[in-house]
Amino acid sequence: MQAYILRRLLALIPTLVFASIIVFVSVRLIPGSIIDLMLAQNPLAADKDRAAIETALGLDQPIYVQYFRWAGDLLHGDLGRSLWQDRPVLEEVMARMPVTLELALLAMIVSIVIAIPVGVYSAIRQDTTGDYTTRSISILMLAIPSFWLGTLVMVFPSIWWGWAPELKYTPFFQDPIANLRQMLLPSVILGISFSAITMRLMRTTMLEVLRQDYIRTAWAKGLSERLVVARHALRNALIPVFTLIGLEVAVVIGGAVIIEQIFVIPGMGLLLIESVSSRDYPIISGIFLIVGAAVMFINLLVDLSYGVLDPKVRYR
Amino acid sequence: MTDLATVALPKPERERNAVVDFVVRLFREKPLGATGAVIFLLFLLCGIFAAVLAPHGVNEISPINRMRPPSATFPLGTDYLGRDLLSRILYGAQLSVIIGFCAAGLATVVSLLIGVVSGYVGGRVDLITQRFVDAWQSFPGLVILIVAVAVLGPGMPQIIGVLALLFGIAGSRIVRSAVVSVREHMYVHAAQSVGASAPRILWHHILPNVMPVVIVLFTSRVGTTILAEAGLSFLGLGVPPPAPTWGGMLSGSARTYMYQGPWLALVPGLCLTIVVYAINVFGDALRDLLDPRMRGSR
Repeated sequence: MQAYILRRLLALIPTLVFASIIVFVSVRLIPGSIIDLMLAQNPLAADKDRAAIETALGLDQPIYVQYFRWAGDLLHGDLGRSLWQDRPVLEEVMARMPVTLELALLAMIVSIVIAIPVGVYSAIRQDTTGDYTTRSISILMLAIPSFWLGTLVMVFPSIWWGWAPELKYTPFFQDPIANLRQMLLPSVILGISFSAITMRLMRTTMLEVLRQDYIRTAWAKGLSERLVVARHALRNALIPVFTLIGLEVAVVIGGAVIIEQIFVIPGMGLLLIESVSSRDYPIISGIFLIVGAAVMFINLLVDLSYGVLDPKVRYR
Repeated sequence: MTDLATVALPKPERERNAVVDFVVRLFREKPLGATGAVIFLLFLLCGIFAAVLAPHGVNEISPINRMRPPSATFPLGTDYLGRDLLSRILYGAQLSVIIGFCAAGLATVVSLLIGVVSGYVGGRVDLITQRFVDAWQSFPGLVILIVAVAVLGPGMPQIIGVLALLFGIAGSRIVRSAVVSVREHMYVHAAQSVGASAPRILWHHILPNVMPVVIVLFTSRVGTTILAEAGLSFLGLGVPPPAPTWGGMLSGSARTYMYQGPWLALVPGLCLTIVVYAINVFGDALRDLLDPRMRGSR
């Protein structure tokens, strides 16, 4: 068990190194033009001169020196300072992170709550009208852009009933009920599209498991359908689904960027968009890196928790 | 002794065009997929012939016709500048076709390059490549896109390039696993043992056998890239206005006018949904019909 955890952590190192290179290169690939963009596109930059910006970004050093310096700072938790606010990037991003994580978590819960029962139903009633209906709906869900769904929810209830979702954000610790009520709609919209993917996989793996010998044995013992499905089949069918949910974390956080924009939720997504329009590169690369690290960490947790779900995986 | 040439060979079955054959199979076995294919084709034609089909100019502003509901002159209504929505939707289809096909095409090339090298060469190259792909995939696609637009600035070529890279790297996994399974086939080993060069094996033996996977990958990528571009445009980071992108039509100043003219909120999203849905069901049908591993399993 401990050896497994250690091995998984070690395996994470090369991925993290590559991830840091991706972040570094993506933002510093064309440093000259970044400064040009900053000078040209932000009037606030006019009073800062080029050399000062170059030194501030460390751009006067060779590229590999820049990388190691940047990576070294990174290991100390120093992601630099925001260009216009002049506050530590880590502080700014961390202040917004819980909001995005809450939204993503709620969305994942919504998607799981929809996907698993519906997927199981679709599998145990294979080729019935119910199965076809749910499958058709799930393909449709995959095609509906969440920003459109969000837009419709903003526009139509307001036209028909004069109702609009609350857009003034209430922090969770200030008023949990008001916060959850506000987050419900965005997380349902975000969750619905992911439920489609999860549901399709749930159905497939459930069908596979239901064909196994031990399920036939369970039926032969005269167990009730509920017991066979819930106790014997579901636990094993859930393992691949769980992996998928882990992989979806990245996609859900990406989706949160758009949903935050529609419902004016002050998470990392909104900060990212604001930083893009103000060309605040340290914040952009900070969010980029932190989101990547968060996704890797969550995937690691998913990997480690296999043992809880599946006694067969004894952390070889 | 009988002259071999005179032996009557059974006449070959009437040679049928493989494409025609395939279309017949598609319609017979996968009616939903065939419907998707038809919608996909219509969307393509709308995009190609946007200039001919559009009743009005794409950015033709008409102040007296602001916010007109759908009517005979403006079948889908007009927006807050009096621009005809139908014409903008058609030109938007054109942009989506260009972005979807170019980005998906380039993405497929990227997937093929990475997937074939990583899968065929194997060993350390494969290991390093796969760790890189792992790292790449731990970033949300949309966040990569936003960062790239922030660095490169908005514009069609940049967006196509970044979409291609994003989905190309992600899709390389699928190509790689197909290559790995083909690599172990007897005919590849046979080719290797008679001394065929690696490029020859890749071109004549590996590539034709991963083609079904590649075609399916390309088709589904057209839908994904269209949706991703729409998301970017919605955030105001796509092709800059006044370009009539479907995502862009749902964002910016249009949003304040949607309460007055709900058709502005309805039409672009509906078009996106229908097109992406059609591509998805068509892609699913293609996969079922083309992918040898899926063949036979209904």
